[in-house]
Amino acid sequence: MSESYACDVLVVGGGVTGAGVLRDLARRGLKTLLVDRGDFGTGTTGRYHGLLHSGGRYAAGDAVTARECIDENRVLRRIAPASIEDTGGYFVATPDDPEDYVDAFPAACAAADIPCEEIPVAAALRREPALNPKIRRVFRLPDGSVEPWNLIDGNIADARAHCSDAWSYRRVVAFERAGERIISATVRDERSGTTARIAPRFVVSTAGAWAGQIAALAGVEVTMVPGKGVMLIYNQRMTDTVVNRCHKSADGDIMVPVHTVAILGTTDVRVADPDVYDISREEVSALIAEGEKLFPDLGRMRLLRAYAGVRPLYQPPAATQAAQNRSISRAHTVLDHGEDGIDNYVSIVGGKLTTFRLMAEDTVDVVCEKLGVTTPCTTADEMLPNQVPGKTYWLGHRLAEHEAEGGGDSALICECELVTRPMLASFLDEHWPCSVDDMRRGTRLGMGPCQGGFCTFRAAGMAAEHAAAGASGTTDDAIVGYLRERFKGTRPIAAGRQLQELWMVLGIYGGLGIESLVDGGPAADAREADDARR
Amino acid sequence: MTIAELVEEASLEQVGYSSDQCLKCNVCNTACPVARVTDLYPGPKYVGPQAARFRMGRNLPAQGKGGPRLKSPDLTVDYCSGCGWCTTVCPAGVKVAEMNSQSRARMKAGGRPKLRDWGLGQTDLTGRIGVMFSPLGNWALANRPLRRMMELTVGIHHAAPFPKFSRRTFQSAWKRRHKGDVGRPLPGPDKAVVYFHGCAVNYYEPHVANAAISILERNGFQVIVPPQVCCGLPLISNGIYGEAREKAHHNLKILADYARKGYRIIGTSTSCTHTIKAEYREMLDIHDDDATVVANATWDICEFLLDLHDHGKLDTGFGRLDEDLPYHAPCQLRSHGIGLPAMDLFALVPGLRAMDMDHDCCGIAGTYGMKKEKYDIGMAVGAPLFARVRASGAAEAACDSETCRWQIEKASGVRTRHPVEILQAAYLAGDAAAGRAGQSPAGSGGVAPVTSH
Ligand SMILES: Cc1cc2nc3c(=O)[nH]c(=O)nc-3n(C[C@H](O)[C@H](O)[C@H](O)COP(=O)(O)OP(=O)(O)OC[C@H]3O[C@@H](n4cnc5c(N)ncnc54)[C@H](O)[C@@H]3O)c2cc1C
Ligand code: SF4
Ligand code: SF4
Repeated sequence: MSESYACDVLVVGGGVTGAGVLRDLARRGLKTLLVDRGDFGTGTTGRYHGLLHSGGRYAAGDAVTARECIDENRVLRRIAPASIEDTGGYFVATPDDPEDYVDAFPAACAAADIPCEEIPVAAALRREPALNPKIRRVFRLPDGSVEPWNLIDGNIADARAHCSDAWSYRRVVAFERAGERIISATVRDERSGTTARIAPRFVVSTAGAWAGQIAALAGVEVTMVPGKGVMLIYNQRMTDTVVNRCHKSADGDIMVPVHTVAILGTTDVRVADPDVYDISREEVSALIAEGEKLFPDLGRMRLLRAYAGVRPLYQPPAATQAAQNRSISRAHTVLDHGEDGIDNYVSIVGGKLTTFRLMAEDTVDVVCEKLGVTTPCTTADEMLPNQVPGKTYWLGHRLAEHEAEGGGDSALICECELVTRPMLASFLDEHWPCSVDDMRRGTRLGMGPCQGGFCTFRAAGMAAEHAAAGASGTTDDAIVGYLRERFKGTRPIAAGRQLQELWMVLGIYGGLGIESLVDGGPAADAREADDARR
Repeated sequence: MTIAELVEEASLEQVGYSSDQCLKCNVCNTACPVARVTDLYPGPKYVGPQAARFRMGRNLPAQGKGGPRLKSPDLTVDYCSGCGWCTTVCPAGVKVAEMNSQSRARMKAGGRPKLRDWGLGQTDLTGRIGVMFSPLGNWALANRPLRRMMELTVGIHHAAPFPKFSRRTFQSAWKRRHKGDVGRPLPGPDKAVVYFHGCAVNYYEPHVANAAISILERNGFQVIVPPQVCCGLPLISNGIYGEAREKAHHNLKILADYARKGYRIIGTSTSCTHTIKAEYREMLDIHDDDATVVANATWDICEFLLDLHDHGKLDTGFGRLDEDLPYHAPCQLRSHGIGLPAMDLFALVPGLRAMDMDHDCCGIAGTYGMKKEKYDIGMAVGAPLFARVRASGAAEAACDSETCRWQIEKASGVRTRHPVEILQAAYLAGDAAAGRAGQSPAGSGGVAPVTSH
């Protein structure tokens, strides 16, 4: 093993929480290293619903979370406006929602300091005509949508400006303990297979649903109850406003407009392993049926794919095993493993993306206290470096920019999401080496209706140009790997146009001599989906 | 609900959602006449279903109230000519041209329309004034320095084809001719039809109306000409939806009464009839009962005559017309989805050698090719057509749509007429051969030549 990398703090898990913890530690003067087993934001953070909570969803049942949400909602609008679309949110009472809940809703919001204004149903329908005309009441709250990768990027960039660093594709495979302390961690480079030794003074686990696995490496027990949530991506936004059902949280009751698409979610099912789950057609149908209570025409709108994420829910040792996942608090908990016999190790579990900064602050407060650092937290006051004051995201910006340059298809690599050759070239310059999937997270490549059908070979070609000479042969793998991943998400919803699209894309790649795009042999999935439809 | 139930007929989709149907296949791009000739226009797939996903509030009526959040980020969509080919060829049923029209309207929402675009939309107003001062107006439109001035000031290309104003509107001539008819009971819907003349006939080409009317009368139909206004298409193509809706409602109110009684509505302008059949509902989002009954009752004149023939009811007493006749099927006619009825009718005329020019678009697309910045594009789009018409050596050509006729005539130098004018000439030839007195229509004479400019 090569020589070790010394730092003050090692943060394990590069989701939004890890990025937030990294930034906070760095700003308080601690040299910090963040590692993730994959690209940053490939855990739950990259597979969440996209909602910047106003807190309204928790107002009636979980006042602590509700208040944290609205506070952090305000903070994020200040420090990361470009990552946020100020869509506003409606909480609508459908005929299915219990009146007492609806009646008590405004007061519950007021108690949590959440601005909540009732507006006439007609006004809501005028703004969002796809809404169910039978809704009875509508409340307007400051919900929004938030882009996670941009947020992670900004946090990491700020940390790098403060003598810290972040490494992707480095998996923590072991901890070395000396008595009450962790003295080093072994990380494996997931691309080259080599390992490195990190020697930190302190370890923070921000591994979300995987926090239990990391704890096990250190020899302590953290019981996570990963909750799988399924979401459906619609081809275009049937609403420009976030729409929530005004009732006790349940499945399929929120629609979030995110960039060019709208996402319906979610569900909550306990899974044993956060890396092993699938999405059934029954789950998809059940979600749509619920979603139709908000948008009656949903069944006719085109779905692009289904995906799922796993909630980092934590079960304190005392809680009963019978508790339903939905009733476990969404609030976060900082676990100081000093109680388990390790002095320099904490885990942060639970929480929401909306509250990631607060989670980081609470965690770093504990770390600083242990390390004797008294520098105060400044993450709520300073804007992230990749932001412009006050300028929130606007759906039309990409089209407007592209049009200002004359528009046109010629420079487009991904036509659906308007990703241009220069955009990809500069991404490759900055992030090389990277996979097509990394390019997707960085640019939205392949996230539109054809799900990579027309852009993958172009993007893989650009990547091949970037690669060292002699790297040919990897292009096919890149294409196959990426498209397989994309198709996995299409499979549970494949019907109608999206099924035709899938067939057409298979045809295109078949013509290019690439056959095994779906598991189980050429075109097997599409055929299976076809059969299921018949 | 099962997943299979999610599959829905494309035709049921509203324009706003029809981008959901796009498979990205590029067929529309290969068919678009404008994208073929200029890099200024990125093509239907890009400005249509692709760009649609980046527009806010696409569920709302175009140019409805809604303020800046509806403002469209597009610029290039303004280069769409609205010819409709993309919608016609799309295998998935995406209403691309309609989507483009609506986003043009959104683009212009809030701001005041350009004087030129507003003016080109006001066919009723300019027509009425033009007819009132027809000698002066016609002199002005033929005056080169003045046309240069017009190009500089309002942006209408100096070489753009303009027809001559007639001395009197068709409406007023008709009213005068039928003064005595007021209050007389109408025959039933199998013996009478309603005529929608449109602006071109009203202000510039009354001879087309006269030919049509004489053909209809010859085939046993009394012709009803109710008061009517511009169909609204010029306003739609210039992105002025509010006023277009007013025109539509005005016409629908009058026409619906007849349609409900079973009368058919016949038009000589394929673009007017297509507007009434399709655009009132699809583009202007008018979905009331009036719009449906009127749409279902409306026929293009050649479509109607061919239908009569299919039922064995068309008078086929056509005489011999020994000539080559290049024929251009306008884009709007293709959008009807009724084939090329004029060609089928020409086939009934002995000696007539009608030739389909087999070209997609003449480039004028309503008022598109008249505009300063689009004139060259329009001419490039139509260039192969003009060359083919010229090469045919024929003395005259035929085309169902007025602005296309003016464009072809101007660009190729070959006199271009409405199919009904040709058919009327064939009837007259038949009558002459049979030694019967020609049923020359009243008024200005059914086959008056188009003045060339
Ligand atoms: C379906 C669903 C919908 C949600 N919707 C919302 C919402 O709308 N709004 C909201 O505010 N919140 C939402 N949440 C919650 C929110 O997504 C999560 O709380 C948040 O993203 C968690 O981020 P994290 O950084 O803690 O975890 P993660 O993003 O999961 O990060 C953990 C990281 O640890 C890495 N890791 C694991 N093992 C190792 C190892 N051995 N070595 C190195 N790295 C390792 C993983 O690769 C992963 O990147 C949702 C959650 C789910 C599941
Ligand atoms: S022809 Fe239709 S389906 Fe094909 S790209 Fe154009 S709009 Fe899409
Ligand atoms: S309407 Fe005509 S010009 Fe416009 S995009 Fe369609 S084919 Fe092209």
